Amino acid sequence: MSTASGTNSGASKPASTRAKPANKAEATADWVDGRLGIYSLAKANLRKIFPDHWSFMLGEICLYSFVIIILTGVYLTMFFKPSMAETVYHGSYLPLNGIRMSEAYASTVDISFEIRGGLLIRQIHHWAALVFVAAMFVHMMRVFFTGAFRKPREINWLFGFLLLCLGFFDGFFGYSLPDDLLSGTGIRFMEGAILAVPLVGTYIQMFLFGGEFPGTDIIPRFFTIHVLLIPGIMLGLLVAHLILVFYHKHTQWAGPGKSEKNVVGMPLMPVYMAKAGGFFFLVFGIIAAMSAIATINPVWAYGPYRPDQVSTDAQPDWYMGFAEGLIRFMPGWEISVWGGHTLNLGVFIPLMLFPLVLVAIAVYPFIESWVTGDKREHHILDRPRNAPVRTALGAAWISLYLVLLVGGGNDLFATHLHMSINTITYMVRVGFFVVPVITFFVAKRWCLGLQRRDKDKVLHGRESGIIKRLPHGEFVEVHAALSQDDLHTLTSHEQPEPLELPAETDENGVARKAGVVAKTRTKLSEGFYGEGNQIAKPTSEEYLEITSGHGHH
Amino acid sequence: MSHDMSENLPEAHDASHGTEVVTHDDPFADPGLPAHEPRRTDIDERAAKRAERQVSLMFVVSMLATVGFIASYAAIDADKLVYIFPLGKVSALNFALGMTLGVALFCIGAGAVHWARTLMSDHELPAERHPIEASDEVRNDVIEQFKTGAAESGFGRRKMIRNTLIGSMALVPLSGVVLLRDLGPLPEDKLLHTGWAEAKPSEPIRLVNMNTDQPMKPEDIIQGSLTFAKPHGLEEDAEDFQQQIAKDALMLVRIAPENIKDANSRDKGFEGILAYSKICTHVGCPISLYEQQTHHALCPCHQSTFDLADGARVIFGPAGHPLPQLKITTDEQGFLVATGDFDEPVGPSYWERKR
Repeated sequence: MSTASGTNSGASKPASTRAKPANKAEATADWVDGRLGIYSLAKANLRKIFPDHWSFMLGEICLYSFVIIILTGVYLTMFFKPSMAETVYHGSYLPLNGIRMSEAYASTVDISFEIRGGLLIRQIHHWAALVFVAAMFVHMMRVFFTGAFRKPREINWLFGFLLLCLGFFDGFFGYSLPDDLLSGTGIRFMEGAILAVPLVGTYIQMFLFGGEFPGTDIIPRFFTIHVLLIPGIMLGLLVAHLILVFYHKHTQWAGPGKSEKNVVGMPLMPVYMAKAGGFFFLVFGIIAAMSAIATINPVWAYGPYRPDQVSTDAQPDWYMGFAEGLIRFMPGWEISVWGGHTLNLGVFIPLMLFPLVLVAIAVYPFIESWVTGDKREHHILDRPRNAPVRTALGAAWISLYLVLLVGGGNDLFATHLHMSINTITYMVRVGFFVVPVITFFVAKRWCLGLQRRDKDKVLHGRESGIIKRLPHGEFVEVHAALSQDDLHTLTSHEQPEPLELPAETDENGVARKAGVVAKTRTKLSEGFYGEGNQIAKPTSEEYLEITSGHGHH
Repeated sequence: MSHDMSENLPEAHDASHGTEVVTHDDPFADPGLPAHEPRRTDIDERAAKRAERQVSLMFVVSMLATVGFIASYAAIDADKLVYIFPLGKVSALNFALGMTLGVALFCIGAGAVHWARTLMSDHELPAERHPIEASDEVRNDVIEQFKTGAAESGFGRRKMIRNTLIGSMALVPLSGVVLLRDLGPLPEDKLLHTGWAEAKPSEPIRLVNMNTDQPMKPEDIIQGSLTFAKPHGLEEDAEDFQQQIAKDALMLVRIAPENIKDANSRDKGFEGILAYSKICTHVGCPISLYEQQTHHALCPCHQSTFDLADGARVIFGPAGHPLPQLKITTDEQGFLVATGDFDEPVGPSYWERKR
């Protein structure tokens, strides 16, 4: 701390004239500080406090798998040939001997069989990509269900959301690159979806593919998008995301000694440098071991892409499964508009629903803050049960996602569960509308039940498991009172009141009508916090009355 | 909103529960940070020594694993397979490299985390938060500075500069847009025709079996079979083979003429042999699953199902219209031929496609 204050006074002099450094390391640090100002930077961050909770490491998994993807991806570019030029395979994988294929496919097979360790790196790259998107999902759910997206973190929520979407697409472009039968089918699907866009579909298709499908441009173009364009944007967003995490300071759970005005935890140096730094190696180690024992995307088994061939069980990587579900459960509506033009709703509607499903979750923080009218900063996390409507909405969204995932894998469900694929598809069509609604109500009820239990625990203590026999023969279970730590933790959450419509007449008696927007907002607010949508938390009066009553029992 | 919402919000968190230990009789008051509970390694030097040895052991294991990685890379052939229970036969090199790398990395991580958890201080410390919002003073100062800067630029006052600047900035990206024009050709009527368009009644094109690369006679197509075909002259080593086959691919079925429900479809066929486009009208997957009893063809990608006995009508799934059918007949030598193109575009539908 004292050295930092010296920065200012020493700024006018060369770094070497600073009072004698104790050793070589300090001298080096002085030299760097004289050029980069590292002491001021480190002063704020070296002992920065981070709170501890297992769920806070989910974002770290995203970060580390992203780093792993970059490292392995750079290696793969040394050997991969993003070209659709035709070649005949004569490598060491005999089943493909003499088969015509693109350079892209041939080089992927070579990476897998000729380059020592190439298969491992390819598999680490692909596994890490799956882990990356999965971790982003879970991380986002953590942020959603605990309300960590509230002010001041809404913009960081959007950065994270963009990272998730870009992760989706970069994953799609990545698994399209090997030009194998499965990924080629995926590109064909994308082409068909683009063609369904009214007015400009065929133009976009021709410009993207450089002509008719498949042409010879799409793999090189996807390569540039996959290795440069999207990762570049993602890297920028990621850095911004992390800067904001540092700047806002991490959220924390309610608990003794924790408030909206502080953050309680352990310092970056040394604890989090060791824990978070070590965690990188844990994630990398586990993904490397996964890649040693579990095959992923065995392109050599699929064969090279040909537009007139296909395999069954064609599935995208899991995160695109919900888009696949949308396209599969949609009825084949095709209508004629504007003098015989074709509007392929059967493909176009899913194409529009795809971003809508995602955007619904992206805009939620803004909807919630509008409904609640809450403009304050929030750094204490909500327990999901204490925000029943938010939790129920999130659960409904997840259930919708899962229904679509089932729809996307309807062929696998049919063959593995011996069910009719038609039945599954009809069920998904109904489920798309019904399941989220049911899930919403079940989840909300569940939250309210948990709120009641918390209230019960606070007022009557925890069940101790000790059975006591009273003098007159009655058996009762002894309830142990909670510690003040627990009492505080269980009662410190806020319970907002629903908004009310402004009075019909203002103070001068002039009629003032509430608009549709204000009415909607009041209704929504009622739905969030109105009667029956939260259980009033115990008050200290209630507590004192009950606990003093106990003495006379 | 016209009215003030703040009264509907609960009191700020800190109003009732401050950080300082509250001693009055609110039973829910914040008792303050709990006292630090020492770990075994904090008070027992032998436990601390043991933890130190454990951490070091993990780092040593990591070093050994890296040596193992290098040794595996040098010693194991890339095509060697080994049986590993319960995985089965796997690539020895991939398994050895992955496991050694995994162990080498994991042990560094495990060692570091164990070190942090047992030996580094676990005192929880509070740090103050500061509001993100600037104080009114700073805010007003910045706005004042901005206004000064804006006034000095004359941006608002010199309208001509402003308008021409906006104009030039709006136009200059157009160059970038124009440059994109050569990304691909215009669609024109490219999607409307297939390779079969070159067939004429006077110069028919033979249907060639995709597997044998031979022209076919009607007796080659037996009832209940599914045969894939391409136009004669389209060779696999042709430069644009992929592009052509994406539109020309045919699937031939033979259905007893009395079982063909659609008269128009029967007429386009030859003695019950029907030639449909193999490309699904949904998003363009090749259809390849045929149920000979029901004459249903199913696309394995999104399960659109077509009744080939009824003009390839869509009976299930997301496809929006039937598969186009190619009119076929035989030439003087008795080989199956096409005498013209499909009478509608094949593959996924698009805006310009007439219905």
